[in-house]
Amino acid sequence: MTVATHAAPLPEAHVGAHRAPLTDPGRAFLDEITGAAGIETRLRHCIQCGTCGGSCPSAADMDHTPRELFAMIRAGMRDAVLASNTPWMCVSCYFCAVRCPQDIHIPDAMYAVKSIAAREGRSPNGAGPSFSRTFVSNIRRFGRSYEVGLVVRHYLRHFPLRIPGMAPLGIGMLASGRMGLVPHRIRGVRGLRAILDRAAELEGRP
Amino acid sequence: MSASFLYYPGCSMSATARAYAQSLEAVCGPLGIALHEIDDWNCCGASEYLTLGPLQAHALVSRNLALAERQRNGTSTVVASCSLCYVNLAKTDRYLRDDPALRSKVDSALAAGGLRYDPGSVTVRHLFEVVVRDIGCDRVASHVTRPLSGLKVVPYLGCLVSRPDPDDRWTQKEQPRDFDRLIGALGAEVVDYPLRTDCCGGHLSQITAATGLDLIRRLIDAAERRGADLIATVCPMCQMNLDFYQPEVNRHFGVSHHMPVLFFTQLMGLAFGEAPRALGIGSEVVSAREALARIGVEVPVAEPVPEPVGAGVATGTGERGVTPRPRREKKPQGLPIPVMPADKEAER
Repeated sequence: MTVATHAAPLPEAHVGAHRAPLTDPGRAFLDEITGAAGIETRLRHCIQCGTCGGSCPSAADMDHTPRELFAMIRAGMRDAVLASNTPWMCVSCYFCAVRCPQDIHIPDAMYAVKSIAAREGRSPNGAGPSFSRTFVSNIRRFGRSYEVGLVVRHYLRHFPLRIPGMAPLGIGMLASGRMGLVPHRIRGVRGLRAILDRAAELEGRP
Repeated sequence: MSASFLYYPGCSMSATARAYAQSLEAVCGPLGIALHEIDDWNCCGASEYLTLGPLQAHALVSRNLALAERQRNGTSTVVASCSLCYVNLAKTDRYLRDDPALRSKVDSALAAGGLRYDPGSVTVRHLFEVVVRDIGCDRVASHVTRPLSGLKVVPYLGCLVSRPDPDDRWTQKEQPRDFDRLIGALGAEVVDYPLRTDCCGGHLSQITAATGLDLIRRLIDAAERRGADLIATVCPMCQMNLDFYQPEVNRHFGVSHHMPVLFFTQLMGLAFGEAPRALGIGSEVVSAREALARIGVEVPVAEPVPEPVGAGVATGTGERGVTPRPRREKKPQGLPIPVMPADKEAER
């Protein structure tokens, strides 16, 4: 099997061959990430130039720069990658994505790593997956986001010390109508849940 | 003459960004825009659905695209006012067009809810882009009855309007000047602001405060240093981060910024002669009253927002008194070297 070094999309047959039984843990992990992303992330085309980390506003607080993380992925260092805070520091501002000379879908790759880490309970930052879960459960319930429920639950659980400083502002937001106490439920919420359940099934998630 | 669009407001327009919704409604008439809300739309998932299940996120977004496709009536352009909603909708549509594997999975998910979507059958655009491209700065300027002369405004576009740019609408993805021109058309003084498309931190303020607040501080600090009266934004998330979290930034870093953040529609409304109250001005956490008083705009007093606990601790030394947060130490070990299949073949 040859490794594509060009930036053009891989032909269908090649993509199929790539999914043949693998021995190389890096390739297996790459496949896993592609599967989780739902799209071809093109991570295998990374040339380790470091443009991503150099463009990243939160790289200084990452335990591995994006470039490092991609090298680790390709080296099959699954445990270390899933334990990394790097994807959780990604703000998906797409500076890296528009600068990447290999057109890698970097934020989508980060989301894919996060989704695997969250499912396996390996995220180094408990607040990250928990915020997402609370947000998502509101969408499943109402079809829309519900700020009051989200922030109250999230801050009580993760940042109780931030509450005294923020509560007056929160009350101000309620008073000025910038937060609604009552969530809006869409009419088609049952259909929406059916769509999400089917997608979760296809994604291999319970 | 009026341009008609399908409209995806997104959740924040009826909550944290109500002022955006109010002011948008006020300027639609003069701009000649008619917006038809997509019936029974659902949340775009923000960054959170992508974090837990990217395929579910694409399916979630596709329901909106399917509803929009069904509601096409003379127009197939969906306008989103929130930058994150815009990117989620536009990006999913692009991926569905490009990736048959994703498409068949999303088709199957939509079918479970009795829907179908033909990728590319609607075009997704950001409200800001529609205003500057379709309406144009000249037409905007022609409606100005109260120029914002003397008001120094930062045109902060934020990251997601020109990036990732799934449909290649922007040649300038990092330093587009369109927002500068729009602010200029309103008669305001445009502050040169190279951070125009830097990130507000998105949801980091909710999950990793130290990093998130630092990103917000950078933006506010740079605006203040450049003598700005206020920051203009086109995104509910940017406004929320820069406005609502500004007191916490002040507490966290021991600084005392006061930089109001208004939506571009609010500034357009003001310049078109609308009353501040009708534009939702006064609902921001960091009040724009003083800044607007300087150009003779009176904002009626609303309920005072209570001072956050501990906000008075800052001694007014400003940002220069802050010692920078220590950055992570560089790791001693080098890069892991990926094993290439060619190496393995050579070993055999």
